[in-house]
Amino acid sequence: MISFGRDGRSLIARIEGEIDHHTADEFKTSIEKEYGRINAKNIIFDFTGVTFMDSSGIGMLIGRYKKAVEYGGSVYAFGVSKEVFRIFEMSGLHKIIKISDEEPADNLKKGGRVKWVK
Amino acid sequence: MGEITENKVENRVRIEMDAKSRNESFARLAVAAFVSELDPLVSDVIDIKTAVSEAVTNAIIHGYEDSPGTVYIDLKLTDGVITVTIKDDGVGIDDISRAMEPLYTSKPEEERSGMGFTVMEAFMDSIIVRSEKGRGTEVIMTKKLSDV
Repeated sequence: MISFGRDGRSLIARIEGEIDHHTADEFKTSIEKEYGRINAKNIIFDFTGVTFMDSSGIGMLIGRYKKAVEYGGSVYAFGVSKEVFRIFEMSGLHKIIKISDEEPADNLKKGGRVKWVK
Repeated sequence: MGEITENKVENRVRIEMDAKSRNESFARLAVAAFVSELDPLVSDVIDIKTAVSEAVTNAIIHGYEDSPGTVYIDLKLTDGVITVTIKDDGVGIDDISRAMEPLYTSKPEEERSGMGFTVMEAFMDSIIVRSEKGRGTEVIMTKKLSDV
């Protein structure tokens, strides 16, 4: 499942459940749509609820990274579990996606500006 | 009585499934259930699930190129070692060594990372890939489950 929040030109994508070939295609489509709809620049992934990821997730994330770079933005991820981080590391994703233990969106939340939508 | 130890359990399960992406999660659940009788480490289960997910995805995307087909999964447990065989009757692989190179993908336009075989190699103890053009591909992987 995926839900979205935003702050200015940062799209916040909260993914819950498993990221595999089947779901990665769905996530890609809905992120692309929302990214365009809000005219976003950055993408912040909330991985807190991700229970599984295989290499299909790598492809999906690299695709979103390329898109964000094209629009002058960056990609962030927080809540990445130890297991998922291994997949990040194996592919070098951790070098292009800024991973944080803390929520970069914390400051946004304090301002009460993040609204999650289904 | 009491002669059978956990590591001596022998078991075999065979599954045939439609080559549909929504069956990938079923394949992962099935393999996790299969090894559960050995009370394995969570990390071992995640490794095996991930490797199975990669092999089944390859069969669906590359073997059958998203057209109808059947993926065959054979799970075997011998002396605490799981042997997983994932087979398809799809198009086969032209050049296995190249297919197994990290970051190589035959479908870059579909956002494939080319990391599937690299993940399988990293997460399992051994991997053998047999393929014949026009006949299909078979991936055989083994992993010794850690003693808890």
